[in-house]
Amino acid sequence: MIDLLREVLGRATARGATEADAFAVEDQSFSAQVRLGEVETVKHAREQHLALRVFVGRAVAAASTSDLSRESVGRLVEEAVSLARITSPDDLGGLPAASELAGRVPDLALDDPVGHDLSPEAKIELARRCEGAALASDPRISNSEGGDFSDGRARYAYATTHGFAGEYRTSSFSLSVSPVAVQNGEMQRDGWYHVSRQRARLDSPEEIGRTAARRALRRLGARRVKTAEVPVVFDRDTAASLLRHVAGAASGPALYRGASFLLDRLGKSIAAPAVTIVDDGTIAGALGSRPFDGEGLPIRRTVVVERGVLASYLLDTYSGRKLGLPSTHHAARDGSGVSVSTTNLYLAAGDADPKDLIGSVKNGLYVTELIGFGVNGVTGDYSRGAVGLWIENGELAYPVEEITVAGNLLDMFQAIEGVGNDLVMRDRTSAPTLLIGKMVVAGS
Amino acid sequence: MLARPDRFFEDRFGLTTSVMERLLGSALSRADHADLYLEYRVNEELVLEEGAVKKASRHVSQGAGVRAQSGERTGYAHTDDVSLPNLEEAARQARAIAERASGSAVAAVDSGRPPHDLYTLAEPPIAADLGRKLALLREVDAAARGADPRVRQVIATLASEDLVILIVTPSGFTVGDVRPMTRLSVTVIAEEQGKREVGAFGGGGRVAFDFFLEGERWRRYVAEAVKQAVVKLGAIEAPAGTLTVVLGPGWPGILLHEAVGHGLEGDFNRKGTSAFSGRIGEKVASELVTVVDDGTIANRRGSLNVDDEGVPTGRNVLIENGVLRGYMQDRLNARLMGVAPTGNGRRESYAHPPMPRMTNTLMLAGQDHPEDIIRSVSRGLYAVNFGGGQVDITSGRFVFTASEAYLIEDGRVTTPVKGATLIGNGPEALTRVTRVGHDLRLDEGTGTCGKDGQSVPVGVGLPTLRIDGMTVGGTRV
Repeated sequence: MIDLLREVLGRATARGATEADAFAVEDQSFSAQVRLGEVETVKHAREQHLALRVFVGRAVAAASTSDLSRESVGRLVEEAVSLARITSPDDLGGLPAASELAGRVPDLALDDPVGHDLSPEAKIELARRCEGAALASDPRISNSEGGDFSDGRARYAYATTHGFAGEYRTSSFSLSVSPVAVQNGEMQRDGWYHVSRQRARLDSPEEIGRTAARRALRRLGARRVKTAEVPVVFDRDTAASLLRHVAGAASGPALYRGASFLLDRLGKSIAAPAVTIVDDGTIAGALGSRPFDGEGLPIRRTVVVERGVLASYLLDTYSGRKLGLPSTHHAARDGSGVSVSTTNLYLAAGDADPKDLIGSVKNGLYVTELIGFGVNGVTGDYSRGAVGLWIENGELAYPVEEITVAGNLLDMFQAIEGVGNDLVMRDRTSAPTLLIGKMVVAGS
Repeated sequence: MLARPDRFFEDRFGLTTSVMERLLGSALSRADHADLYLEYRVNEELVLEEGAVKKASRHVSQGAGVRAQSGERTGYAHTDDVSLPNLEEAARQARAIAERASGSAVAAVDSGRPPHDLYTLAEPPIAADLGRKLALLREVDAAARGADPRVRQVIATLASEDLVILIVTPSGFTVGDVRPMTRLSVTVIAEEQGKREVGAFGGGGRVAFDFFLEGERWRRYVAEAVKQAVVKLGAIEAPAGTLTVVLGPGWPGILLHEAVGHGLEGDFNRKGTSAFSGRIGEKVASELVTVVDDGTIANRRGSLNVDDEGVPTGRNVLIENGVLRGYMQDRLNARLMGVAPTGNGRRESYAHPPMPRMTNTLMLAGQDHPEDIIRSVSRGLYAVNFGGGQVDITSGRFVFTASEAYLIEDGRVTTPVKGATLIGNGPEALTRVTRVGHDLRLDEGTGTCGKDGQSVPVGVGLPTLRIDGMTVGGTRV
């Protein structure tokens, strides 16, 4: 693939590009869905993609194609160069300095050379076992949206006109199930999943199935609650979603556009002292790891929030230049050009037992699911639909639904009164259980 | 630009219809249904920020998906290398499923509708002159900055797409469609005394570039985006709790999309996992409420001549005078439920199998004057613009988030309030509709719906509507 990229870059230079970079992705995937024990959908796919970014002087444009024929690649170069002749020049544009490029491509164990060696029948069987375990765990689990297994292998390559060329492979395996619990005419769906880069490290199908069933069952008998201002405990998954909002506001493009509630907050307190947030792309075998960023810069560990103080933004080269700061090596690529993304983002574990966090609440909410898009990244205003369990005298008392939780993200992070000791890095973004001292829960 | 989809794929890839039929016929003859879907797509995006168009990009994607269905089983294989050997391989993989199932007793019911011609354009938006597009973006920027001194940042995006599809089945059925699409989006950030707010507005559809220039339509997008940002600078905290809510016309129709639309998609109802499962003929809304999903409105973003399985779209009545009448179906779920497909089988691209999806979902107009509806409320919320929404299909709980809303006090629209999420229960929320305006309006044409990781363009429409008792997720207790 690197040969193809070099050829494309050579052609772009010949057509008048002063600088250019290109990346290619090749992807093969399989997925199987089983519902109520029967195979429902099986998918096989093969995809490829080539994207080119060119600079003509200080003006930039991008083009991409899934057709890698010679003729099509020629058109791609023509289109990118002619688009760059109509865009406005920008003095801060351009590739990062050659001296900053990653010198070597570290092996982060992102691919599984043996794990894909399973027959379609065996893969279907994994999905069937996962769903089967959910259905078998309780008679009230009487329906299902299905169990899924999928695996994929991808190859990424990236090259620039100023000398960088690197490639790496990734694998991924996932198992998930969405059972439906039924009781007295009430239906509740929930689910559980696991994703891993190594098949051998995938949680057992039975464990995933049983967890999913437990999650659906505990939602039965859901009630509404009265509108009140109360302490709110976020479970690990919903706490991780709060982290994603912080990362969005800390990303360079949001900041230089003035569209972030973290504008001008670098070096200032944005959270309670118990909060430390880290982005680490160097963890071997982790889902968010990558050996170099979308501009060929070496990947690293970045402390974003240190004991409550905003310690770093998340920047690519361009947004860094706009803000007068160096890139933090968080460039990500899509066909339209460069954006910013986190790698493995987590909130460092605290020392509280999650049971004690719940135990400390006399009357409040334990959130297990959030829905909707009620987050304003410019102001930090937050209002989302929630599902969870009501806490009475330190105990999880009954399920609740059709309620919202609302506040402002800056206030919420300052009001974090407890950080759980239960961090598990099971996704690209991970957090321990969090206790927020006060939020508005709206209901009846 | 590309009037004949069949000739397009023949010229470009040497795939004649008879070659494809033969491929399907030999590989998939034992399936209940099989089809080959070919797609060629070109996208262009121009982005203006900080007063200049600094980002321009163009993307080409092409590919094919082969599908075989037996009973409830679907085998799907896709490739982006559109050559005969690859298609044969894809067909072999799809067949692997079909072969193991015995023939299904469920017969397919034909929809019996002719295809439409809803968006033939003299010049597709992607072919319009780049210079004219850049000039429009610069005018948008100047107009937004001129509209209010508090405007600090303007981001304007003009996106255009041309999509050619061809669907072939073993029975010799071939149908193609050429689908243009364009969208102009304006986002502004306004600042006052260190406080910042964002406003966003836009429009588009299966229309030519000149659509934005007609009657200077783009100026309204700018004015609305600026108004939203500036109004929010002065907004107070939204109330928390149960309130009477009046929804403005147009985009607030996202209520229908979340509260009833998804729950009426055929797949969830075939599986019995929707809160609306088995409730056809039951009352699920006030008798003032009639909701249709209409894929046949000319030039709308959610409209299609045929769906992505080749079935002509229709105007499907979902709820009539409060009574649940029908679900939205693709071929698979229609066959398994013993009903006709409704033209709602859609897919994001060749990389995805189709499933039942909405097109343009709207509530028919009622009798009331919008002003009378507002006057009828002593204390409530008037919400005129929304961000996204989401629904839990099984429990029926849905949310949608207001991005521009005001208090109603003693029958008058008063203070603007901050964005807040509204939450309700699908099968029950529309039973509390007490007034329906005569002012049905369709949205501006920017909606995108996500389901199972697949995004498709959709539309919504709503007249002014009063709902007695919705939970408003504000922060003021």
